[in-house]
Amino acid sequence: MDHATVAIALVWALIFAYAILGSVDFGAGFWALVFDRRSGTRAAQIANRYLSPSWEVTNVFLVLITVAMVGFFPKAAFWLGTILLVPVSLVLILLTIRSSFMVYSYSTKRYSRPLRWVSGLTGVLIPGLLLSVLPVSLGGFVELSSEGNPSLLFGKLLSSPTEYAHLAFGISSELFLAALFLSDYAHEAGETSTYLSYRKVAVAMGPLTLLTAVLAIYTMTPEAAWIVVRIGEHLPWFLASIVSFAIGYSALWIKDGQRPPGRPRLAVTFVIGQYFLASVGYGMAHLPYILYPHLTIGQAITNDALFRSLLVSYSIGIAVLAPGFYLFWRLFLKDKKYISRQGE
Amino acid sequence: MDSVVMARALFGSSMAFHIIFATLGVGVPLMIVFAEIFAGITKNSDYSLMAKRWTKAQAILLGVAIPSGTIVGVMLSMLWPGFMEIMGQVIAVPFQVEIWAFFLEALFMSIYIYAADRLSRKLRILSVIMVSFGSASSAVLITNVHAWMNTPRGFKLADGKVTDVHPLQAIFNPSFAVTAIHVVASAFMTGAFCVGSIAAYKLLKKGKSEREREYHRRSLYLALIVGLVCSMATAINGHFTAQMLHHYLPLKLAAAEGLFETGPHAALEIFGSTSLEKQEVVGGITIPSALSFLATDRFDGVVRGLNDYPRELWPPLYIHTLFNLMVIIGGFLVALSFGALFYRLVLKRPYPRWLLAVLVAGGPLSLIGIETGWIFSCTGRQPWVISGVQKTADAATLSDNIGVLFGLFIGLYVLLMILTITVMRYYFKRKPVARELGVTEGS
Ligand code: HDD
Ligand code: HEM
Ligand code: HEM
Repeated sequence: MDHATVAIALVWALIFAYAILGSVDFGAGFWALVFDRRSGTRAAQIANRYLSPSWEVTNVFLVLITVAMVGFFPKAAFWLGTILLVPVSLVLILLTIRSSFMVYSYSTKRYSRPLRWVSGLTGVLIPGLLLSVLPVSLGGFVELSSEGNPSLLFGKLLSSPTEYAHLAFGISSELFLAALFLSDYAHEAGETSTYLSYRKVAVAMGPLTLLTAVLAIYTMTPEAAWIVVRIGEHLPWFLASIVSFAIGYSALWIKDGQRPPGRPRLAVTFVIGQYFLASVGYGMAHLPYILYPHLTIGQAITNDALFRSLLVSYSIGIAVLAPGFYLFWRLFLKDKKYISRQGE
Repeated sequence: MDSVVMARALFGSSMAFHIIFATLGVGVPLMIVFAEIFAGITKNSDYSLMAKRWTKAQAILLGVAIPSGTIVGVMLSMLWPGFMEIMGQVIAVPFQVEIWAFFLEALFMSIYIYAADRLSRKLRILSVIMVSFGSASSAVLITNVHAWMNTPRGFKLADGKVTDVHPLQAIFNPSFAVTAIHVVASAFMTGAFCVGSIAAYKLLKKGKSEREREYHRRSLYLALIVGLVCSMATAINGHFTAQMLHHYLPLKLAAAEGLFETGPHAALEIFGSTSLEKQEVVGGITIPSALSFLATDRFDGVVRGLNDYPRELWPPLYIHTLFNLMVIIGGFLVALSFGALFYRLVLKRPYPRWLLAVLVAGGPLSLIGIETGWIFSCTGRQPWVISGVQKTADAATLSDNIGVLFGLFIGLYVLLMILTITVMRYYFKRKPVARELGVTEGS
């Protein structure tokens, strides 16, 4: 494999990791809000249990993606920086409001509710908005001036149905993944009624994500026809993805003696598999373009010396951080006592 | 206004906002480390309480530090694509490693905050040391890129193409070590003086119980010791930073000092403003030959002046004032912490009220030092974004909607500043020290 392919695979893996972690993170914020008032279950608390220690770590993944992108593909910075300035700035503003208001809400009991509403609602929009950058990369929304300088056709983007289909796909995926994850998290802690609430939500959201995904492809602009063709060429990945969804979704009904129905761990695993397979297929269909038809990964890749030192820094970084991540996982994701402890 | 000016305004004010929270994010964890260690050694519960309260404050600050950092991190690529294109090919590694430092800090901060009751004291101290190490490293690594922008090394530029890249030469560029030490030491002293400000403020207030005053005196003492050591380190190292400028960036030093003519026995000008017509600093205090001595260690050392360089390469002359402010604050805070410790350790007397009142200013002053220092350093690099290699105007985005974004972001920063202060006050008002110490209020 050449450097460009290795690098894009790495960047892609980071994007995938953030897509999952970010979805769970932002979705959990939303579900904490929805279940806030409903007594009887500890659904809101369980969501906050996950969120409090995790949002910072999740946020670092977002930063990692931008840094990895300009590190490996410095020549993409010019195109992406010029085109995406406005949409990305809006996401940044939402992200800032979301994180800071969430932290404020932990510190002010009395005003905690309005602060949480603001952070929950802004959070819900973020994954959808991030995903809606995808149509831009497919062509049709970028205009070149006479000197060859690119700019984004913002009006065209806003009036295009595919933008909204992507938005809907982003939001429904986020809510689905978060509900599924939280059902497993509650199950792990033995919180049956909470588990059942989240399971119910996941059951409702699952088919919706599939529907919006199809809609997103169906509404592509004429300029993006190439990706539809290429997706057709990589159809096996998408079929496998649907199969994985089917397995994961049915795992929510598996009966096991007296216990409540469903094997959430299995469901989460296969649904992540579903997204994994689909995004591998989508990624391969997208290659070699970063920005169709202006920029390919081969044109944007960095020089050899830097490429090698980046890989070294990745290896060292992962080796140093692995124990920290392990400890984190043990303390916050595995520890029953932590998840189900009473109080805030 | 053209898009370059708008991009500079937007980026500069975003950095100026981030740096407040980022610097405290480097300085406060060090104070928590000391509090935890003192708690372990002395078995005095006051120090545990300090650690707990400072950690809560730090958690609130992080709620702004992290998203504002995310903003500047992403903005750097968005607003300066021309710069990123070169930077990405030469010095992307420290940026990458900085992310590992962020992970380290974020992981252990969560562990320290949310799992404190499940960790032994040793593991707790270890995790807060990791937090401090992570945040100090991220400051060092970002400074690495900043230092490289001032003294770029490790590549060649031939008709717009980057060739001959040596990442290690770029990383270990000549201004890196001295600048990194300056940034970390100044962040540490800022953390200490901010803690000290609060303690001094509480001690000034009437009607506190003796038990509570004892708590605040302990915290002030700790702040003064760390503050004295780190402000001395900042000042001494600052001297070497200025000598670094003399060697590698003489034009920046000339502008900082308002020196027009090259020559020996250059005088040091304190205060005043640089006048282009008169070719000198007007209204300042002049110390003959002092600048030569500071820059070259000899009174007859030759210091280069502005007139040796073409006018279009001069940075704005007001950086003289920024530089003065930083240096004077530095000197003043060394003297202040020294004087306060002298009262306590040598004269063995309680701090007089006027001294407490001055100590309250310590935190805000060091934050002003940080702001003026950075704006001096970034503005003093103009018109270059990468010294001698790329002009700022050639690095900027071509997007022209920045004006609206500028308004939005400024509004956001003002809102967050107000909310952060309100939330802090609200939280600590509801949990007064007296209650946590278990004493009845008043006396
Ligand atoms: C509390 C903050 C603080 C204090 C008291 C000082 N500094 Fe400073 N200084 C900084 C905070 C700072 C900084 C914010 O950290 C800077 C900005 C850019 C940088 O690298 O560090 C800086 C930059 C900076 C530079 C420019 C480096 C460059 O542009 O590359 C010089 C020459 C000095 N300092 C010198 C001094 C001297 C002689 C001081 C005497 C006491 C001093 N500083 C106190
Ligand atoms: C953290 C404190 C910092 C502050 C307050 C700050 C402030 C500023 C200001 C005011 C400007 C506009 C300069 C002008 O146009 O006159 C600027 C420009 C800039 N700074 Fe900094 N800066 C900081 C740190 C950094 C660091 C660490 C880097 C490097 C990674 C950096 C990179 C830049 C770049 C790329 C520009 C734009 C190009 C230029 O004007 O030279 N800044 N900064
Ligand atoms: C010398 C100036 C700076 C210092 C001391 C500093 C320090 C810090 C600190 C302590 C944090 C919180 C870290 C955490 O808990 O994760 C932070 C966050 C951040 N900073 Fe800065 N920073 C500086 C300048 C910059 C610049 C110039 C950039 C980018 C161009 C930047 C990018 C970031 C990013 C992306 C984050 C968020 C990381 C996260 O998601 O956790 N910083 N910074």
